[in-house]
Amino acid sequence: MRLEKCWFCSSTIYPGHGIQFVRNDAKIFRFCRSKCHKNFKMKRNPRKVKWTKAYRRLRGKDMTQDSTFDFERKRNRPERYDRNLAENTLKAIKKIDKVRVDREARHHALRMNGKKVKDQREAIDELQHSIHMVKAPTALLLDPSLTLPKIKVKVSQTQAQENHPMEEIYINVSI
Amino acid sequence: MVQYNFKKITVVPNGKDFIDIILSRTQRQTPTVVHKGYAISRLRQFYMRKVKYTQQNFHEKLSTIIEEFPRLDDIHPFYGDLLHVSYNKDHYKLALGQINTARNLISKIAKDYVRMLKYGDSLYRCKSLKVAALGRMCTVIKRIGPSLAYLEQIRQHMARLPSIDPNTRTILICGYPNVGKSSFINKITRADVEVQPYAFTTKSLFVGHTDYKYLRYQVIDTPGILDRPFEDRNIIEMCSITALAHLRAAVLFFLDISGSCGYSIAQQAALFHSIKSLFMNKPLIIVCNKIDLLPLDGISEEEKKLVAEMKAEAMKTVLGLEGEPSDDEGVLLTMSTLTEDGVIAVKNAACERLLNQRVELKMKSKKINDCLNRFHVAMPKPRDQKERPPCIPPAVLEARAKQAAEKEKRTLERDLENDNGGAGVYSASLKKHYILANDEWKEDIMPEILDGHNVYDFIDPDILLKLEELEQEEGLRQEEEDDDFEMDGKELTPEEQEALAEIRKKKSLLIQQHRIKKSTAESRSTVPRKFDKDRKFTSERMGRHLSSLGLDPTSAINRARSRSRGRKRERSSDRGDNDGDVMDMDVDQPNKKLRMRSRSLSMSRSRSRSRPPGEVVPGEGFKDSAQKVKALKIAKKSVKKRNKDARRGEADRVIPNLKPKHLFSGKRSSGKTDRR
Repeated sequence: MRLEKCWFCSSTIYPGHGIQFVRNDAKIFRFCRSKCHKNFKMKRNPRKVKWTKAYRRLRGKDMTQDSTFDFERKRNRPERYDRNLAENTLKAIKKIDKVRVDREARHHALRMNGKKVKDQREAIDELQHSIHMVKAPTALLLDPSLTLPKIKVKVSQTQAQENHPMEEIYINVSI
Repeated sequence: MVQYNFKKITVVPNGKDFIDIILSRTQRQTPTVVHKGYAISRLRQFYMRKVKYTQQNFHEKLSTIIEEFPRLDDIHPFYGDLLHVSYNKDHYKLALGQINTARNLISKIAKDYVRMLKYGDSLYRCKSLKVAALGRMCTVIKRIGPSLAYLEQIRQHMARLPSIDPNTRTILICGYPNVGKSSFINKITRADVEVQPYAFTTKSLFVGHTDYKYLRYQVIDTPGILDRPFEDRNIIEMCSITALAHLRAAVLFFLDISGSCGYSIAQQAALFHSIKSLFMNKPLIIVCNKIDLLPLDGISEEEKKLVAEMKAEAMKTVLGLEGEPSDDEGVLLTMSTLTEDGVIAVKNAACERLLNQRVELKMKSKKINDCLNRFHVAMPKPRDQKERPPCIPPAVLEARAKQAAEKEKRTLERDLENDNGGAGVYSASLKKHYILANDEWKEDIMPEILDGHNVYDFIDPDILLKLEELEQEEGLRQEEEDDDFEMDGKELTPEEQEALAEIRKKKSLLIQQHRIKKSTAESRSTVPRKFDKDRKFTSERMGRHLSSLGLDPTSAINRARSRSRGRKRERSSDRGDNDGDVMDMDVDQPNKKLRMRSRSLSMSRSRSRSRPPGEVVPGEGFKDSAQKVKALKIAKKSVKKRNKDARRGEADRVIPNLKPKHLFSGKRSSGKTDRR
């Protein structure tokens, strides 16, 4: 029993899933689902299809070289069974996984480094340029802050006829 | 065996057929279509291919001819001489040589013309070159036509040669014509040779097979030989001479005692003496035939003397192992093929002599070892009754006993299975014989998959070490990491964030609306806002929008409202105007009506009114109502036709059904239907 990698998207193929295609030159292509299989039949290059691991690795969006990847290597020569070795291996797998996940998160964080500052700057610019869409220039003159204008709302008309002083309430209403 | 190849030589076609075959093959097997518009390299390639193909075919066929015809020096000299006798060796070699030169010539022609074709610059030129090449090749073949015919003749003759094995046991029959050779061979073998009273009935060699002592003998019948000097002999006689010369055989020289063949014994004896050199080293038997006509004792003294001379000669050829005298009988024999008297004796004698001679020769030769398996080992006679069994050392006996015991004691897996409940109940533990460091681990189950990984990919004897290193690395990196933190820039206040969100919402709304408008613009007619069907563009709406932007909408609403008049207001203003113009009322009645109406109409823009058909409205541009009526008529007329055709407008050219069936089908009762 072996978990294989999908040729197109590089996800693991569990037993009972997917399709294998053997070409005339005896090269085996494994696919995790029909989506990948159909993309392959359409002769799409996985390096150009955005959602595949191949694309992500190529463009540096995911971590490519790391020492954690060296632990997992297909070995062709079988080793003699050793209970201690097996135990250690199983424990090691968990630790290696944790390390790898941490490193990937770090890679992602590094990638997203300057985003916050950039977003803030862009937001300020946008606000400055387009404030006229929500606030009339005269209102801006009166109240130069880059916020929504305060709206005067008449409470009711019948009250006016009764000669009560109109109660003007200043509310910020967003419609 | 060389002889069999003679039958397998392929047919040699004659000159014309040869050309036809090759040219038609070229025409069929190479591409045939070419146009002058093709690229020049393609044209050249096309014609070069044809030339080369033709040359290759000629080469192939001529090579097969040359190779299949035997080289006279390579085959057994018997066949070589036979062929030489039948058709001159020199002529034969010349013919084959001519074929060879033709082959080389054709190769040269092809090479030259291919070289020239490489520089051909037009279709016509390439084609002419190809025609010239093929023409020249065909001329070469035409010139060797006679050789081909000659070779075909030879081939046919060779195929009919008897299949004589020059190395096996052979008995050769020779003598004057008509002495009874063919009758003899007919008697002892299954050959069916023609027997006729005229001389030279047998014109070539014939082979029959006979058996003696479980061995097969070839018997060869030759045409009669006349007593002539060697040079004068004809082809037929030469055949038998050749056979005599080359085949290692027992020779039966036939003598006709009675003389009914037309030749006397003296003549036959003379012949014998002239060819006796050919009988060297061959067991010779003189056979006196036709004794039913005249017994051996009935011949004259002179003839007896002659016969005795011949016998003496024959005795010389006897290989004497045990002395000659007893073989007196074996050298001169009498028989009659007609009465079959003595025929078998002759055959036996001949076979015996031949066999003895061959055996002797073999014994002397080096090949004796191959024959040793036909000899038998003689067991020595026991000299006393003592038992002498074979001697086996005791160690070997013990080992044998041990092996036998082991085989019985070992329990098989099958026995184990049967003991524990049979095939369905007991499942053998396959891990029983595993060789592990610790035997307790034999029944362990190792997981193959963990967390989406193959465990076998991670197994490594040094995995602990490597893990240690990895963790150290991680630790270091963690420490470095803690120093980093992000600089926080200017943050937006919540109100500002609200405003930004509002801006973005509005922008996306605009984009959406634009997209809708864009996609439906072609099928939707753009209606100006004043014909607002859904009553969307009201002053309340305007007021709401303005207040959301922070402006006070009341003045705008008032202004909008003042522009649009309701019914009530209009009527009161009219009454007011009427009081002012009392004096003009009677005279300008129609005008006043008009004036009133027009004013009211112009003031209430948003209300539509129905008018009488010909009434001229000032803004329309008509002189008077008659003109307007005419204009309306013309307008109606132009629209009428289109409406009848169910067209939506001027530009509607849609034909819903391009070929309506009722117009394009059906026969006429009389007349043609070529116009539809």
